[in-house]
Amino acid sequence: MNRERLERYSLAGPENQAAVAAGLAGGDWFRSAVPRKRMKELMRRSDYPAIRDTVIWLGLMGLFAGLGVAFWGSWRAVPFFLAYGLLYGSTSDSRWHESGHGTAFRTRWIDQALYQLASFMIMRDPTTWRWSHTRHHTDTLIVGRDPEIAVMRPARLARLLANLVGLVDVPLAFGLMFRHASGRLTAEEADFVPATERHKVYRTARIDLAIYAATIALAIGLRSWLPVVLIGGPRLYGAFLLYFYGFTQHAGLGENVLDYRLNTRTVKMCRLNRFLYWNMNYHVEHHMFPMVPYYRLPELHEEVNGDLAPAYPSIWAAYREIIPAVRRQLRDQEYYVRRELPPGAPPYHQPAPINDGRARPLAVVTAA
Amino acid sequence: MAQWIAACQAGDIDPEDVIPFAHDGRDYAIYRSPDDAYFATDGHCTHEKTLLCDGLVMGSVIECPKHNGRFDYISGKALGAPVLEDVRTYPVKVLGGTVFIDVGTG
Repeated sequence: MNRERLERYSLAGPENQAAVAAGLAGGDWFRSAVPRKRMKELMRRSDYPAIRDTVIWLGLMGLFAGLGVAFWGSWRAVPFFLAYGLLYGSTSDSRWHESGHGTAFRTRWIDQALYQLASFMIMRDPTTWRWSHTRHHTDTLIVGRDPEIAVMRPARLARLLANLVGLVDVPLAFGLMFRHASGRLTAEEADFVPATERHKVYRTARIDLAIYAATIALAIGLRSWLPVVLIGGPRLYGAFLLYFYGFTQHAGLGENVLDYRLNTRTVKMCRLNRFLYWNMNYHVEHHMFPMVPYYRLPELHEEVNGDLAPAYPSIWAAYREIIPAVRRQLRDQEYYVRRELPPGAPPYHQPAPINDGRARPLAVVTAA
Repeated sequence: MAQWIAACQAGDIDPEDVIPFAHDGRDYAIYRSPDDAYFATDGHCTHEKTLLCDGLVMGSVIECPKHNGRFDYISGKALGAPVLEDVRTYPVKVLGGTVFIDVGTG
């Protein structure tokens, strides 16, 4: 089962070509009709909101780290490091995401600086992950094409749970760093990283490994875990929110469809969660219009809301759907959540009969 | 060989914006810069053939609406991943309020 599942989702497996042959790769996706004038307003960039939010974000990390260091050796340090860890190991994901799209700031160099910092914190190579995410947007949840399908059918539950504390991601990240530092990519990475970009991957891996080596050397020299708790460690003990938020995006929804309303969720979140997640909860809207910066997504939501199934009213509501759906997919891989569109919404975009959201058994695809 | 085609009226494009133009089965993007100069490129992004006319113009830069790849629409230069290949540009002139592009040179 595990081997067949991984083969189905592998970009180096037969599903890749099957998706291309079925017209699912680089497909024509449904997008709501938004007047050009309004879209221009929504796409407009400004430095202020992201600088404000980044100063608060970095300031909070500095504050919590400082208090943690001040109380180091005492249990009173734990809540401060927990808060620091969540900001470092989880919320760097949304900063990585937004700055990777280049939409957070109007000033390009600030955007790129945040992208490099957040990539380091979340332990993603900035080049391979930029291309990976580009593919994710081209072929969202197209099996064999999308390298960022977090919850497969059936789900790899042990892996998903272990990753709540980074136990899979972090060893994999270091494995990739060593591979990249030696001048090699994986077969999957080679599918989406152009040859002209690969030298950047190798250079970054060598720099990152040097930073981690210096951190460990400092920890040994000081005979203290503190350097590791501050650098790298939060990707383990602070990773919980990364997946807690992240699973709401696509888990349990349709695969091999060309309509974000079938494979992506928008979840209403409170102000604190929206700050921590940089409005990535407006995920259908983001996939339809990735040019719109995070601070305009609530307005975009109002603009396209009539075309979408109702947004989930809370994270809790999303998980009340996700957990049963993922459990059912353990035994029925053709099951997926298909939501009703509101009256008057454009119908689901399903240009080919196989694009019905079900996972297709490998043998059927191979024979097609 | 030069082949000048009337593409649109100058006032059809807002300052710092782009509109589409199709001719002989080919898509073009026509730009008006913030200082009221006009430029033209191929209509599609060189990365995945998305129409650039749905993108965002910022100064002399057009950003593709699909993956946020950026080009300098004056020179056609690709400004970084995920666009690595320059976009083709075309000469433009404005005569009597009409924007012409030379689809024969490019």
